[in-house]
Amino acid sequence: MLTSDYVPGDSAVHRARPLIKVGLLFVFCTWLFLQEGWLSLSVAGMALAALLAVARIPPRMVFAAVRPALWVLGLIFLAQLFLADWRFAGFVVLRFAVMILAASLLTLTTRTSDLVEAIEGALSQFLPQRSAEAISLALSLCLRFIPRVRDIFDEVKNAQRARGLGTSWRALVTPTIVRALKSADEIARAIVARSPGPADGPAMPDGRHVR
Amino acid sequence: METRNVVFIALFAAIVAALAVFPPITLPLVGVPITAQSLGVMLAGGVLGAVRGGLAVVLFLVLVAIGLPLLAGGRGGFGVFLGPSGGFLVGWIVAAYAIGYMTERLWHRLNYLVAAGICFAGGVVLLYAIGVPWSAFVAEIPIGTALAGSLPFIPGDIIKCLIAAGVMVIVKRSYPIITPKSPAMPQTGM
Repeated sequence: MLTSDYVPGDSAVHRARPLIKVGLLFVFCTWLFLQEGWLSLSVAGMALAALLAVARIPPRMVFAAVRPALWVLGLIFLAQLFLADWRFAGFVVLRFAVMILAASLLTLTTRTSDLVEAIEGALSQFLPQRSAEAISLALSLCLRFIPRVRDIFDEVKNAQRARGLGTSWRALVTPTIVRALKSADEIARAIVARSPGPADGPAMPDGRHVR
Repeated sequence: METRNVVFIALFAAIVAALAVFPPITLPLVGVPITAQSLGVMLAGGVLGAVRGGLAVVLFLVLVAIGLPLLAGGRGGFGVFLGPSGGFLVGWIVAAYAIGYMTERLWHRLNYLVAAGICFAGGVVLLYAIGVPWSAFVAEIPIGTALAGSLPFIPGDIIKCLIAAGVMVIVKRSYPIITPKSPAMPQTGM
């Protein structure tokens, strides 16, 4: 659902400061919800289309950003068709599409590292340096972990299938979590081993996971 | 904060996000989507404990708020906190913390039933106690109607509690992360 593809470029959208883009996205999405109406949606849609054109995002990438949500949007459309009418259903689905695209525009034109650095910069204004670093580390790691967790889940699913086990929830979730925890521990050790400066306390309090 | 804790917090925020791939079901009356993601919230508390579990959910919600479409159905952006499901999202933080707190307290007595009970108390009773009044207020409907509209999702929530309990017990046995708050069981044969 979250495409982490960065489209390299040198447009005004690419060069805008990451925090400004985050702020604008925040205002954009909030405004779309508060000003519920076709007028604000079409204005937002046109502004978004203009920004996509300025950033030279290929139409293929635009479609790729919405594609994972397509069938969910279809379901929402059917549900709203049933609860309200086709006009409101179309409105809700289009608004979702516009918001997903706006969020994708941020990730398509901003390197994750730049985004995280910007957030760290803003946080260190009013937080101790160490807390700000911990928060920005958590943010960037989380974005890296999302595809990793999905990969682990797929690996477990394939392994269970190879053993002839059905895809029961419990048979999938438990090994996924345990594997993810082990992988997280490895990453933690790698970060501690490579970070300069004084050690930040023992990475393994009881040495249990040292092999 | 120790680097290892930061990594675990990020991991569970990612797990909650990854659970978004399972389709949401929207409650007909109040428009609150119930998703597999609340399973991730239970796991965050039950595997990481109160503080780290709660922070994992906070981190996840921060990413949602800055506009990443990480909620089921590709929803995201600050707008979701203003909608009918806003109370459930904020309630996730409290639920993860409460589940983690109870897990730490009952660590030495943790078995499948206890874990399931903890998940039900934190992830269903407490979560609904926050989410239902909020959606009643935002959608301008009586609390009773909002509650009635949420009832069809209790069976699904119980299934999530059972799955989360199974994971909690196995993780406690094979890869424990929580350091217990309660005193250890009295040792025999000393």
